[in-house]
Amino acid sequence: MNVGNLLDYLTVFVLAILLGFEVISKVPATLHTPLMSGTNSIHGIVLVGAIGLAATADNPLTGILALVAMAFAGANVVGGYWVTDRMLQMFKRRPVPTTDQAAK
Amino acid sequence: MSAANIGYLVQLSFIVGAALFVVGLHLMNSPATARTGNRLSATGMIIAVAAELVYVAEGHAGLGNWAIIIIGLAAGGGLGLRMARTVAMTSMPQLVSLFNAVGGGAAALLAISDFVALDGHRILAGGAPGLDGWRTLFILADVLIGSVTFTGSLIASAKLMGLIKGQPILIPGGRIVTWFTVVCGLSVSIVLILAGMGIVTYDTSLLYVLLVTGLACALIFGLMMVLPIGGADMPVVISLLNAFTGTAVSMAGFVVGNVMLIVAGALVGASGAILTRLMAGAMNRSIANIIVGGFGAEEGTQSSFVAEGGSVREVSVDDAAIQLAYASKVVIVPGYGLAVAQAQHGVRELADLLEARGIEVSYAIHPVAGRMPGHMNVLLAEANVPYPQLREMDDINPEFERTDVALVVGANDVTNPAARSDRSSPIYGMPILDVDKARSIIVIKRSMGRGYAGIDNPLYVNPKTGMYFADAKQGLAKLIAAVKVQ
Repeated sequence: MNVGNLLDYLTVFVLAILLGFEVISKVPATLHTPLMSGTNSIHGIVLVGAIGLAATADNPLTGILALVAMAFAGANVVGGYWVTDRMLQMFKRRPVPTTDQAAK
Repeated sequence: MSAANIGYLVQLSFIVGAALFVVGLHLMNSPATARTGNRLSATGMIIAVAAELVYVAEGHAGLGNWAIIIIGLAAGGGLGLRMARTVAMTSMPQLVSLFNAVGGGAAALLAISDFVALDGHRILAGGAPGLDGWRTLFILADVLIGSVTFTGSLIASAKLMGLIKGQPILIPGGRIVTWFTVVCGLSVSIVLILAGMGIVTYDTSLLYVLLVTGLACALIFGLMMVLPIGGADMPVVISLLNAFTGTAVSMAGFVVGNVMLIVAGALVGASGAILTRLMAGAMNRSIANIIVGGFGAEEGTQSSFVAEGGSVREVSVDDAAIQLAYASKVVIVPGYGLAVAQAQHGVRELADLLEARGIEVSYAIHPVAGRMPGHMNVLLAEANVPYPQLREMDDINPEFERTDVALVVGANDVTNPAARSDRSSPIYGMPILDVDKARSIIVIKRSMGRGYAGIDNPLYVNPKTGMYFADAKQGLAKLIAAVKVQ
């Protein structure tokens, strides 16, 4: 890793953290569980790294490490998005006048 | 298309994926758009994974490599899908914890593998250093943080599932072990980084021993960190571990040189950090205090107003029904006890009944009314409670003064006025729902038992409070029947 790469990565890292703070602080408490579950699925992006790993594995040790990483990340991504969607579809606004009154 | 062009296309797809993550999270700012947001985020994930697969297909991946990819993805994905489809909403915290554990574990495995691969290259290159200092630093950060998250989240999940005791588990000498793992893990890391910089040189086998030692320290640390933490502190712990996983994934991005991992990890890290701070704030405790643990075991600071002669007024189901039926504004205060008793549907049915009589009904939800941030909202949404009725603490607190009846079901400590007034109370300073400001209060409770924190609740001896002693589910069923005949 050369210093140029490192600085690029650090720049992206810092800006992404700040962006994360900005975007996520606007999420209402009502949605905190789906938020956490949703961000959980996002860190399943480690799957991309695991695929890269699996593609270059050239001995039994790295092969096994890659296989476990694939399975872990796969469960993380698929399960995470599915369960978040399951939760979010339950949040409904009911078209009843009293509801609007309560919401004002 | 040439390999270089494919490389650019893959990078471009990663940018699109990362952008979709951000937009998806942004849409989470309202329940109306959140589902679309999650689907956008999933689309970003699919694009990124597809791009990576295309990239791999262009490379030199053999049959064995494809087998690893397909078998791993099918096994993990299948299992994840199965759990996601079948999990009960009450068990959401343990599932999220589990996904958190595997995410952290995968990130740690990535770094371990990278270490192994680089070291292989180093041997091939005839002893020239293949690891460099920075890379080693990120590898270690990833391995350590990822491993702590892995065991920590597994323990948190096991506690929530009831596989191990939910109460704080204090191991004799545990703190010494914890400190030992910290010192040992950090020392090993420093030696390895020095080796990576080429300042010291060791045998390859010794480098592996050092890495495995560091890994073991981190795994034990995660275990020791979460074991002493009690069930009601779980919202903070889960949030903190979530932030850890995000950071680990970011570090993995530094290691393998993938910007999308860095961005995604940073977003999750930020989210986890925000939630951790909110949860700790809602309990008026510092994160350090929670990690040190043992809140429930605290003794000798209890106020003893019941012994001083405060009297409890019991209310019959019919009286409670009359109070509710002739109110104009009712606020329901649900706590975790409601979820334990599976009484969410009962509460919603009662609310529907009251609304049909023209009564304004809302739900007051404390940030820690559940086992993870926002858990209670999901449980009520599952029972078809419309989300505009779900009100946050700061939003609903000023309304208690004009509330005719506050109906407390399965909540205790979050309604305890001692948190506002009694300096000797262990929960003094914790933000609470101002239930005691309502014109009248009905508390559905099994018995006069204390809450999680083991402290008495002066709300129960308030002259405005009527105690309706019943199991939440059965009590609500009787109450519904009684309201119907009003």
